[in-house]
This record gives sequence, structure tokens and C-alpha cells, in this order.
Amino acid sequence: MPTVGVLALQGAFREHLAALRRVGARTVEIRRRKHMEGIDALVIPGGESTTIGKLLAEGDMLDPLKTRLQSGMPVYGSCAGLILLCKTIEGSDQPRLGVLDATVRRNAFGRQVNSFEAKLAVPEIGTAPFHAVFIRAPVITEVGAGVRILAEIDGRAVAVRENNILATSFHPELTPDLRLHRYFTGMCGACAKQALDRERANV
Amino acid sequence: MKGTVRLKTGLAEMLKGGVIMDVTTPEQAKIAEGAGACAVMALERVPADIRAQGGVARMADPTVVKRIMDAVSIPVMAKARIGHFVEARILEALGVDYIDESEVLTPADDKHHIDKRAFTVPFVCGCRNLGEALRRMAEGAAMIRTKGEPGTGNVVEAVRHCRQVMDEIRILCALPEDEVANYAKNCGAPLEAAIVVRKKGRLPVVNFAAGGIATPADAAMMMHLGCDGVFVGSGIFKSGSPEKRARAIVQAVTNYRDYAMLADVSRDLGEAMTGVEISAVPPAERMQERGW
Repeated sequence: MPTVGVLALQGAFREHLAALRRVGARTVEIRRRKHMEGIDALVIPGGESTTIGKLLAEGDMLDPLKTRLQSGMPVYGSCAGLILLCKTIEGSDQPRLGVLDATVRRNAFGRQVNSFEAKLAVPEIGTAPFHAVFIRAPVITEVGAGVRILAEIDGRAVAVRENNILATSFHPELTPDLRLHRYFTGMCGACAKQALDRERANV
Repeated sequence: MKGTVRLKTGLAEMLKGGVIMDVTTPEQAKIAEGAGACAVMALERVPADIRAQGGVARMADPTVVKRIMDAVSIPVMAKARIGHFVEARILEALGVDYIDESEVLTPADDKHHIDKRAFTVPFVCGCRNLGEALRRMAEGAAMIRTKGEPGTGNVVEAVRHCRQVMDEIRILCALPEDEVANYAKNCGAPLEAAIVVRKKGRLPVVNFAAGGIATPADAAMMMHLGCDGVFVGSGIFKSGSPEKRARAIVQAVTNYRDYAMLADVSRDLGEAMTGVEISAVPPAERMQERGW
């Protein structure tokens, strides 16, 4: 099983750590650059995207993480994590990783009083609907050619995948359904195999 | 589904490991957001000024709250008086993201708190001990904070309240089954809520520190004591260089175990707010005594 680093600068990282352990992954909390060594994959939790982005920038972690993600390390971002992964954030120049070829709109459903729970079809992880929790959630408004939309709500993309990058605007870490975390660790296995095959081909 | 317990407690989960800063103007709100605050508390006067000026302290003017909401993209909280359910309904109608039913304002009801379950917007409430925390949760609070002694820049009361809650949780968890009901009664805690705490080994909602936090070291200490994050009221905008101090406190909450880092961020912050010795605050003026 992979060692998954969970970005622990701010937000609901504890819940992701618990969910990942439940699906059998080894986990590490990432607060500083030095904690990144030895991880096979990364999870960016929900939280406040401007806060996490600033702490990433101040800790000189943006560039090294970006390099790892661009070289194929699997990453999963939920809510704030999704925002930090997107190339374009509507109306904002906040610090970000910007590796996902997509445009995101923050707080797209409105303020907290408009936060909601809904049954969501996510065919990629199975036929049973996923109970999705949207808290001041973002939506993806535009995607590049390589991005697959995994789930939509009223025609708006709320879960996407581009190669090694998985992102959802809802919070699977707040519900007991482990399918998305299991899907992600599955992605880690597939990415590791691809990397190994590439290395062999180069030899 | 909107306004569910999971959505209310869920937003608090997203604030964990963060700093919530008191702001009185859109400019201050922008400084707080720029420094990495995970939310701001919109109010007309910070606790230190409320304490100094006296009189009845009420909900902020909706114009002030609205301008702050328009200035930043992070969650905005606002305070309603204890028991004042109409102030709370007004704040909900404005669209604030969290309401603090707060002892910093003058209580509007000397017996009853707001029935927070009836609202779509979530509430945070202060506590000095486990019983108070669980009573507030039974009324519907989705997040808890220590009361401390607001507007003093003196962390001692926040520490006392945090340790008190943690001690009572440890005792509750260690008791034999047949002593739980009596312990809950003596704490003033609803029995069902006490049983949940015993099962989880902690409060079932997020618990922040508040009331007297003035330095990065204060904030880091509260994290060590088991708090999930901190509120800083007067401590930032009553200090010499608010922006620098705000950044330092944000770093301190994330890196509270890293003492070299804490030493680094604590450097050259200018003057901290002038503190008040708690014994110099007459009992009748202690905000922590408000709430029932």
C-alpha cells in the first residue's frame, strides 16, 4: 500500500488521515518541506484555500510539490484542495499549485446557509449514489481536453480526474463511505506501476 | 438538505488548525485574510474597547457586517447577544456564515440561550467547563470555544477553561458506568451528551480557544492543551503591527510543536496589546460570568 502524505497546514486533515488508514494506506502529516520525502501520494484536505495557499507559499512548498505532481505523483484534493489544484481561480490571484487544467469558481453555491447534502451519481466508483456534503463548495466551470468529469450537479462539474489528479468539490472525509478514498489508493497503485514501466522502458 | 447538523459541524471542521480574527472594518478584514485567517468575526468594537467604553454592547450594524462580507472571500462570523434570537435571525438573513452567541455582548436574556437548533446558520458558543459546553450543544451549538476573559490580552482564563473542560472529559471517561449519571448531574451536563463524550473520548464538535490570546506563544500553548484552533479578538488590531502579528499567530497555530519556528515568528512583532491582570477586573465586569 502507498504512503500518502496529507497536507496538515489547516483544515480537516484528521478526517482524511482516518479515512486513508481505514482503506489500508500508510499516512504522514505534511507541515514542512522536509515531511514530503518518502511519500508516494498527496491529499489536500478541505479547509480555507487562501489560508492553506499562503502557508504553502510561506513554507516554500509550492514549487517542490508542483514538480512532484507534474512528474506524476497522485494527488487528491477535496473542496479547498480542489481549488488549490486548479490552474485558474475565477477572480483570484491567491497562491495555488495550479496543476489541474481547469477553472474553478469559489463559493459557487453561495454562503454557509446554502451549504447542502445530496445524493450524487459517481459512476466511476460504483452504481450506488454517493452521499456528498457540500460546504461553501466550489464548482469547476471549465475543463481542458484531458480532464474527465466524474460527477455533476445541475450540469456543474463537482468531481474531476486528469491522469494522476483527482478532485472533488464535496467532502468524502465527513461521511463513512470510503469508496473515493479506496478509488484514490487504487489510482496510486496504477500510477506507481506506470512509473515503473516508464523506468524499465528507459533502461 | 440544508442546515443539517453535519453541515453546521462540518464548516467548523474546515476551520480547524486556523485562526479566526476580530475585525471592525473591511480594511481590517482584508488584512486578516491576507495574513491567512481562516475566518473573520465582524463586529463594531473589539472586546477591549467594549470593556473600556462600557454601556450596552449589541449586535453590529448590518451595514458593517455586510461591508465586511463583501470585502473577503473567507467565512464571516458575527456576534449576537446571549438569548437574543431576533439579532440572530437578522444575522442569518444577512447571510453570515456562523453566529457567535457571545458573552462579549451584553446578555439579552438572563435565563435562556437561543434555541440554535431552529436555525439554518450554525452557532459557536463559549464555555468555562464541560457542563456549559454540553448545555450549549444541547441547544444546538455546532462549535464550542473557551470563554477566557475577552479584551484582557491575558491568556490565563482561556488556559483555565480549556484545562477544566479537558480534565472533566478525562474524569468522565475514567468513571465506572454507574457513576456517570451523577457526574453529569454535578457538571450540569445533559446525560445523553455526557454519554456521547464518554464514547468518543472528546467533545463531539470542534473546540477553539478564545479570550485573551495576544501572542504566537499564547496561540501555540492553546493548541498544545488540545484546542482545535484559536480566536484572536483584541490581540491583533490593538497591537503595534497587526499584519505581522496576524501572520505570526497563523504560523504558530500550524507549527505549534516546532519551537525553532515559533522563536522565528515571535521576533520583532512590535508591541503586544496592553494586558490586564484578571484580579484587576471586578467580578461584575467579568464577561465570562455571562451565560447560564
